[in-house]
Amino acid sequence: MRRALATLPLWTMIIAVLGLVALIGIPLITDSFQTFQFANVAAFVIAIIGLNLLTGYSGQISLGNGAFMAVGGYTTAIMAHRLGASYALTIPLGGLIAGVFGFLIGIPALRLRGIYLALATFALALSVTPVLNNFDTFTGGHVGINLKPAQPPLGLDLSNEQWLYFVGWAIAGLLFVPAALLLHSRTGRAWMAIRDSETAATANGVNIAFYKTLAFGVSAFYAGVAGSLQIINTAYINPDNYSLGLSLSLLIGLVVGGLGSIWGPVLGGLLVVWLPYFAEKASGLHLGSVSFGGKPDIGFGLLLIVIVFFAQDGLAGLVRRGMARYRVLRTRFRVEEIGAAQAPAVASPDALEELPVGERDHIRT
Amino acid sequence: MELAAVSFGQSLAQQVVSGIASGAVYASLALALVLIYRAMDVANFAQGEMAMFATFVAYTLITQFHLSFFAAFALTVVIAFAGGFAIERVMIRPFEGSSVLTLVIVTLGLFSIINGLAGLIWGYVFKTFSGPFSTNSIQFSGVYLGIQDLGVIAVTLVVLSLVFALFRFTKLGLAMRAAALYPESSRLLGVRTSRMLALGWGLSASVGAVSGMMIAPIVYLDPNMMQSVLLFAFAAAVLGGIESPLGAVVGGVMVGVLLALVGTYIPGGQNLRTPFALLVIVAVLLFRPAGLFGRIEAKRV
Repeated sequence: MRRALATLPLWTMIIAVLGLVALIGIPLITDSFQTFQFANVAAFVIAIIGLNLLTGYSGQISLGNGAFMAVGGYTTAIMAHRLGASYALTIPLGGLIAGVFGFLIGIPALRLRGIYLALATFALALSVTPVLNNFDTFTGGHVGINLKPAQPPLGLDLSNEQWLYFVGWAIAGLLFVPAALLLHSRTGRAWMAIRDSETAATANGVNIAFYKTLAFGVSAFYAGVAGSLQIINTAYINPDNYSLGLSLSLLIGLVVGGLGSIWGPVLGGLLVVWLPYFAEKASGLHLGSVSFGGKPDIGFGLLLIVIVFFAQDGLAGLVRRGMARYRVLRTRFRVEEIGAAQAPAVASPDALEELPVGERDHIRT
Repeated sequence: MELAAVSFGQSLAQQVVSGIASGAVYASLALALVLIYRAMDVANFAQGEMAMFATFVAYTLITQFHLSFFAAFALTVVIAFAGGFAIERVMIRPFEGSSVLTLVIVTLGLFSIINGLAGLIWGYVFKTFSGPFSTNSIQFSGVYLGIQDLGVIAVTLVVLSLVFALFRFTKLGLAMRAAALYPESSRLLGVRTSRMLALGWGLSASVGAVSGMMIAPIVYLDPNMMQSVLLFAFAAAVLGGIESPLGAVVGGVMVGVLLALVGTYIPGGQNLRTPFALLVIVAVLLFRPAGLFGRIEAKRV
C-alpha cells in the first residue's frame, strides 16, 4: 500500500519537472516562427481556460467568446497606438474592459438557455467583424492598426519572440492558478451546481443570476487578456481576425482538449494553433487535382465529432483514463506477484476510483 | 416637395419588394431549421453550409454537365434530399437523445466539414451563379421591380406550398408530424420515428438547397456565402417562434424587409445588418420568448 501511494506523487513530480523543462526549453531550441506559434498557444490556452469556466463549468454555451478577444485586442491596439500606452498596462486593462463587457452580455444571457444562448452568441460572433468595420474612424477599419513590436527589457538577451513567449506563458500560468482554485471554491461549486441542474441549485440557495453573470465576466476577462496577448504577438490588428472561425476554434479547442477538465485547455490551445500549420504542410497531399493542403476545417470537424462520440471528456479525459488503466494493470500485476490473498490491501484506491464499476469488481476478485 | 415624397414612396416600395425577395430566401432556410428543430430540439448550425454545398452541386451540373437551370434545380433538390438523409443516418443518429451541447457541437463539426469540403472541391474564389431570371426590372406605376426578385418570391411560394401540402394532406406528412410531436405514442402506433427523423433531415436539406440556389445569383457563390444568411434565418425562426413552420415563413419575410430598410436608410446600414439580426434575436427572446406564432411551454422538472 505504501509503495502504491508513494509512486504516485513521484510520477506527478517527474511529469511536472518534465513539463517545466519543456516550457523553458521550447523557445531555446525552436526557430523564431515556431517560438511565435508557441507564444500564440499561450494566448489560446488562456482564452480556452476562460471558455471552459463558462461552458465547461457553468454550463452556458458560448459560441461568441471571440468577441471578448476582440475587445481585449482593440483595447490594447488603440491604447498603444493612440496613447502610446505600455503593454504592461494594456494587457490587464484589455482583460478588465472585456470582463465588464462580458458581465453586461451575461445579463440578457440570463434569460436564455441551451440552444437559445448558442444562437445569440453565434449571432454575437458573426457581428464582431462588421461592427469593427463600421466604426472605422476608431478601429482603423479594413486597413487595421500596426503596432510597435514588443521588445525585451534592456539587458535581457532574448529575441522578441522569445520574450513574448515567456511573457505569454507566465501570464497563462498566473491565470491558470486562480481558475483551478476557483473550481474548488464556493464559486466553482455554484457553477457546477447550476450546470447540472438550475432548479436544484436554486433550491439549495445558489444565487443563479449572480453566478451566471459572474461566469460570463470572468470568462470574458480571460478572453480579453488572450486577445491582447495575441495582438501583441502579431503586432497587427484587423477586423478580419475576429471571424466566426476564431470563436469556433476556441470551442473546438475546448471540446477536443476536454470540456470541464483543468488540463484540457492546454491540449486544446496546442491543437488549434498547430493543426492549421500541419494542414498547411500537408499541401503535398493530392487526390487527383484536389490538394488537401491548408484545409484544417475538415480535420477540425471530424476530430470534433469523433471526440464527442468516443470521449465526451476530450483528450484530457482519454489521458486520465489511460493513466488509470495503467495503474490498474500495474496493481493487477502485483496482485499476481504477491498472491491473491493480499489483493485488497495492495489495490490502490485512487486507481480503482476512476474505473467503471464492472472493472473494479474484476480487480477485487 | 411632392416629387421628393413620391420618389421616397417609390424607393420604399422597391426596397420592400426586394426585402420580401431576400426574406423569401431567409424563410426557406428558416423553415429548414424549424423542420429539424421540431424533430429533435436542436438548431442545425450546418443548415447553411448544407445549402451552400447543394448550390455548388447545382453550379457544377450547370457548368460541367450543361444542364438547364431548372433541370439542375430539380436534380439538386433530389441530391440534397439524399445528402440530408445520409447525414442524419451516419452522423446524427449516433447522437439522438444527446444533450443540447453535444448536438450543437456535432452540427458545428458538420459545419466545419462541409465548409472545408466545399473549399477543397471548388476553392475560395468567388463564382458567379446565373439564375434563371432576367436581371432587368419591370415598371409598375412608377415603381421598378426586379424580375429576379419577383421570380425568387414565386419559386419560394411554390416550394413552401408543396411542403405545407406534404404535411397537411399526405400520410407521410402526418407520420412525420406525429413522430416529431409525440415520438413515444407514434412508435407504439407503428410509425418508424427514427426513419421519419432522417426523412425530416432530407426534406430540410432540400428546402435549404432551394434557398441557396435562390440567393446565389444575388450574392456570389463561395463557401462562406451562407453564414450571414443562416444568421438571418435564425433571426427569422426565433421571431416566428422556433417551433412554428408558418412563423418561420412570416418571420423570414419580416426580417428580410427590416434588413432591406436598415441597409438602405440607416447610415452604414450594410455593415449593421448582422448586429441588427443579433438585436432581433435577443429582443424577441427577452420580450416574447415563444416568438410570434409559438406556444409557451411549461417545463416539468
